Amino acid sequence: MSDLIEVESLSKRFGAIVAVDDVSFSVARGVVMGFLGPNGAGKSTTMRVITGYLPPTSGTARVLGHDIQKEPVEVKRRIGFLPEGAPLYGDMTVYSFLEFIAAIRQLHGPKRRQRILYSIERMGLEQVLYQRVETLSKGFKRRVGFAQAILHDPDVLILDEPTDGLDPNQKHHVRELIRELGKDKAIIISTHILEEVDAVCDRAVIIDRGRVVSNGTPAELHARSKFHNSVVLRVRTDAAPKAAKILRAITHVASVDTGAPQGGHVSLSVVPRDGRFIADEVGIAVRQNGIEVDEMHTESGKLDEVFRQMTVDREQILVARR
Amino acid sequence: MRNVWIIAKRELSAYFSTPLAYVFIVIFLAGTGAVTFFIGDFFGRGQADLQSFFSFHPWLFLVLIPAIGMRLWAEERKTGTIELLMTLPVTTGEAVVGKFVAAWLFTGIALGLTFPIWISVNYLGDPDNGVIFASYVGSMLMAGALLALASCISALTRNQVIAFVIGAAASFLFLMSGLDLVLGLFRGWAPAYVLEMVASMSFLVHFQTISEGVLPIPAIIFFLSMITVCLFINAQIVELKKAS
Repeated sequence: MSDLIEVESLSKRFGAIVAVDDVSFSVARGVVMGFLGPNGAGKSTTMRVITGYLPPTSGTARVLGHDIQKEPVEVKRRIGFLPEGAPLYGDMTVYSFLEFIAAIRQLHGPKRRQRILYSIERMGLEQVLYQRVETLSKGFKRRVGFAQAILHDPDVLILDEPTDGLDPNQKHHVRELIRELGKDKAIIISTHILEEVDAVCDRAVIIDRGRVVSNGTPAELHARSKFHNSVVLRVRTDAAPKAAKILRAITHVASVDTGAPQGGHVSLSVVPRDGRFIADEVGIAVRQNGIEVDEMHTESGKLDEVFRQMTVDREQILVARR
Repeated sequence: MRNVWIIAKRELSAYFSTPLAYVFIVIFLAGTGAVTFFIGDFFGRGQADLQSFFSFHPWLFLVLIPAIGMRLWAEERKTGTIELLMTLPVTTGEAVVGKFVAAWLFTGIALGLTFPIWISVNYLGDPDNGVIFASYVGSMLMAGALLALASCISALTRNQVIAFVIGAAASFLFLMSGLDLVLGLFRGWAPAYVLEMVASMSFLVHFQTISEGVLPIPAIIFFLSMITVCLFINAQIVELKKAS
């Protein structure tokens, strides 16, 4: 039973609207899974079903072997959940809120105290302990939501857009925390910030209109990009046309894209055919033809481009239909 | 049971962390005092009882109970905390009962704070304290039934004002259902047994039978089953409404 979370052909319909359509995946201990997709793709709905908030229309999910429909309370006991926007009881102080969560999570005695203190320290909540939650800044509210989710040291963490609305330092902090917690837990985070996938995720599942369109490692995602292994050169603007012509002649080069000129320089993206590794060939061509290069690097692939490619912009489809 | 109590404790402290609790208690106490002495003519009646005090409870509750009940679920849905609450290891039933218990306890506190009037009447004369006790029980039970109704309606909307207005209207119908005002709606087209059923739902009549001091079992059973039915429906509504 290495998979702590198992989702099996899960579907959720709201009337005529199919929010989640036959979604299956599993997450093992020690894995941080990124759950990607455009807004309204069904990320939150899927998470709400796994956490037992919404019943599935068909299919099921299991958390540590407990079925969400047969044993919802057992499942909820084993999950730490940060709902979208981190809703909290605004009329409570941070400390009394954590006490409430600890009580309902059945933490008693010294263990309760120890866990509360751990969460407070972990999320840096010391200075706001006796403030009412509604008076806190967005960043602190999110941290209280986080503290609540990790309070009972769950094996499974489900975080709906954990870094949304945080400043860069807070984002960094939260990502570090997720990476660390991910060592011995199964974690699902939903996000539409693609850099997050590279920063924290071991795996990424992309869904679009309720369906899984991709399930793999971030490296595999990068490899799907047409810019995977492409070589980017920065050359002087006046030398660019000649350089582009030379580079285009190299075998296995599919195309050379010229970027917008910037301060007398322009960058050329040399895109390989079938994702081949062409840095050597490009290097040789540059030296042999005496092209002056300011900078040269290999791209691993652009995630946002892969994302767009897999989740076709719905608005575009609507426009096309008209 | 443990979870019910934990939720009830949180809810009860939520009442006292906002001005609502204090506003409510002050208005309730001022209101009961005003009607007892001015409209009820407590002194003029020259009788050592609290009839002029209790007979106005239904009308005060009509406005004040929906005000307590309106936030129970509407607020959870508006702020999104329902997603937090319902993904904690508690059942919907525990959450519904816990919230109701908190609101009922709060009403009990407000009702308990009317004790000076009980002291006054004992100081002035020699009242039948059994009747007074029974009236308090009846008042509490009626408040419970109205609260369960208000809680149920609160689960239907995320807007507290709507919850209040509909709650007050529904409370009015249930209070008055023994009177011609409501029965007239059914007379003429509904069969006699429906009329009888509607008439027997009257909170007012049941409250009066209890406050006559004989603690009639049917009236107590009526209020308790009213609470049970409303809370059961409440839980169903919460389940249904989560999806939307």
